Amino acid sequence: MQLTGSEILMECLLREGVDVMFGYPGGAILPTYDAMTKYPQIHHVLVRHEQGASHMADGYARATGRVGVAIATSGPGATNLVTGMATAMMDSSPIVCITGQVPRAAIGSDAFQETDVTGVSLPVTKHNFLVMDVDELAWTVREAFHIARSGRPGPVLIDIPKDVQIAITEFVYPEGEIVLPGYQPRTTANEDELDAAGRLINEAERPIILAGHGILMSGATDELLHLVERSGVPVALTLLGKGALPENHPLSLGMMGMHGTATSNHSIQEADLLIALGMRFDDRVTGNLATYSQHSRKIHVDIDPSEINKNVPVDVGIAGDLRTVITQLLPRIERQQRVDWLARIRDWQEDDDERDILHHDTGDRLLGAQVINDLWLHTGGDAITVTDVGQHQMLEAQYYPHQRPSTLITSGGLGTMGFGFPAAIGAKFGLPHEEVWAIVGDGGFQMTMCELATAVQEKTNVNIAILNNAFLGMVRQWQEFFYEERYHATPMFNPDFCLFADAYGVPNMRVTRREQVEESVAFARSVQGPVLIEYVIEKEDIVYPMVPAGADLHAMIRRPKPGERESA
Amino acid sequence: MSDETGMEQKVTLVTLVDNRPGVLNRIASLFRRRNFNIDSLTVGRTHRQHVSRMTIVVDARLANVNIIAANLRKLVNVIEVRVVSDEPHVSRDLALIKVRTDDPESRNMVTEICERYPGRIVDMGVKVAIVEVTAHEEQVEAMIEEFRPIGIVEMVRTGVVAMGRGIRIQDTQYEPPQMRAGTRDNGVQQNIL
Ligand SMILES: Cc1ncc(C[n+]2csc(CCOP(=O)(O)OP(=O)(O)O)c2C)c(N)n1
Repeated sequence: MQLTGSEILMECLLREGVDVMFGYPGGAILPTYDAMTKYPQIHHVLVRHEQGASHMADGYARATGRVGVAIATSGPGATNLVTGMATAMMDSSPIVCITGQVPRAAIGSDAFQETDVTGVSLPVTKHNFLVMDVDELAWTVREAFHIARSGRPGPVLIDIPKDVQIAITEFVYPEGEIVLPGYQPRTTANEDELDAAGRLINEAERPIILAGHGILMSGATDELLHLVERSGVPVALTLLGKGALPENHPLSLGMMGMHGTATSNHSIQEADLLIALGMRFDDRVTGNLATYSQHSRKIHVDIDPSEINKNVPVDVGIAGDLRTVITQLLPRIERQQRVDWLARIRDWQEDDDERDILHHDTGDRLLGAQVINDLWLHTGGDAITVTDVGQHQMLEAQYYPHQRPSTLITSGGLGTMGFGFPAAIGAKFGLPHEEVWAIVGDGGFQMTMCELATAVQEKTNVNIAILNNAFLGMVRQWQEFFYEERYHATPMFNPDFCLFADAYGVPNMRVTRREQVEESVAFARSVQGPVLIEYVIEKEDIVYPMVPAGADLHAMIRRPKPGERESA
Repeated sequence: MSDETGMEQKVTLVTLVDNRPGVLNRIASLFRRRNFNIDSLTVGRTHRQHVSRMTIVVDARLANVNIIAANLRKLVNVIEVRVVSDEPHVSRDLALIKVRTDDPESRNMVTEICERYPGRIVDMGVKVAIVEVTAHEEQVEAMIEEFRPIGIVEMVRTGVVAMGRGIRIQDTQYEPPQMRAGTRDNGVQQNIL
């Protein structure tokens, strides 16, 4: 069959199972946009800014575990994808970005809308390709999807010159095995590693599991649950690991790190064994490395060998797939109760409870924590929540316990403001039957709120919860703690978000009192298509506990107990 | 340079990589991004058309070699990585050194130095000579030090290349995926901009 490069691209996308892609047209990608008309099986979502396309592809990928696809033109279209690729890179999310490039003969001549996109994207992609021959296109697309979704997943970019999109060649889909000798992720552990890990776990008195994104990505939640129940080891979660273990499980200690539970952080500091599963000891979870869990032995299992011994030296490092390795490990694990250790943990948990703002009398102020708690309550704790970055993100992590894997989607590693709303749109495309909430701050929402038009055009049934504190809240918190309350460049002039929604014909509601939160959920559920709810919350609120950047993990700034004076 | 600090712990990595445009850039970008310092890096072809070989020397005090190797292995175009300095190996550096030879004394000295090292004069002019030396890096450095007082006017070194001794063979059967022959398009260009 004689096909153009663009048609070959579409044929290959179909065979990869792509049913939707998010993009924006332009000169250098037009042949492919034209070819799309022959492939109605792949739905194209027209975004309002290419950054939105990259986050939608990412949200889709995280919600489904399948590869998300974004497409853009050369030059400015491609550079607008960069933040999305960097975000996906840091959080190991499988996306494929397709960009048009100027014709081969013009490459290197500073042609109109020419950018060296493979150069620009090199450090923020897992791999990238510039396709210089139409006969290499089909293989390239196969390799790109394979690389994006296997091993430690990540973003892959395919840059296709315009004349390669136009070129005609005989198309036969390459069925053969993908040969990438430099790319063979290791998945299983060897006996010595397993014996060593098993022995450490059985002998430990104060062990703790640190469960991360890797558990979710490898589909190891059942295996983790077995490991936890057999070994009796409590679990702290990373932000991206939320959902790895049902958070109502008695052995779940909640999130660890900068805004994690004090219980998790104290347990890590006093542990005699850390079992790190699919996490990477980011500075936001370790605090000061010199004082991090000083008295513990450490086991680290991760699919990426370069993570082992990177930040924290470990006693047993296993490069492998979490699901496989935990399955291999299970027969070596003895059943234990660990009564004393759990009693010690219970004390910390009681202290946490006493300090919890929800147990304090806060008058009739509406607090972010209350909004998130009530959203959790009235959505039955079962929604897909997609957050932006800031205080509301940390409040979601603290007050929206997740029972199912991959039901929280958030930008952890890069902390990309503007991620939440478009990622929620992408997630909804991937999971049309789930209830999807974008939980965003007034600052971050304004970075990508142009995508409201996309949601309206596509009738995407996504619920937008804006927690409006009229501040760049998280930055204001740092200014309050560390810059003597000089609130420079953090107070926000905001539009009337409800009028803004009106302008797009989007149903909306403003919530100023706690009793209205329940009603707002009912209202959101009654609307087909996007709906916007603005929660006008306390302006100068603080997310506790907080480990100041670089401080010791146990040196948290705590919320005072009732009757106690503020201490920092 | 090792003769200045005497403390360096040089480690030599040999990697086989796809012989494709941009691969050197990927490796350089990795070293820059991860803040690994390169002492020397050489690239060249192998007996296989699709495979190039790089020898990378780093100072082990400044970076964990295992982490460097693991990061190199993550690059899709890197086929194999080995720390050859952990095993018996041969390593060679090549230098071209242009030295002053504008009086009989300097000419004699240059000739005499070349007799004591695996170096030879490859170009002799009235004012300057070019000496070529291929040897272990430390020997090359020692020779350079001897030339310094005479007057080095220009110099280039290739950087170290290395190979494991005996049957420690570092090779790959790698062939890139079969592109269908005969249909290579010849760059159609119709009102494309
Ligand atoms: C693109 C980007 N720019 C800047 C920041 C730094 N930053 C982190 S949190 C934050 C404030 C977020 O404010 P808002 O969206 O209103 O959410 P809130 O913290 O009030 O919940 C800022 C500016 C960032 N994470 N991302």
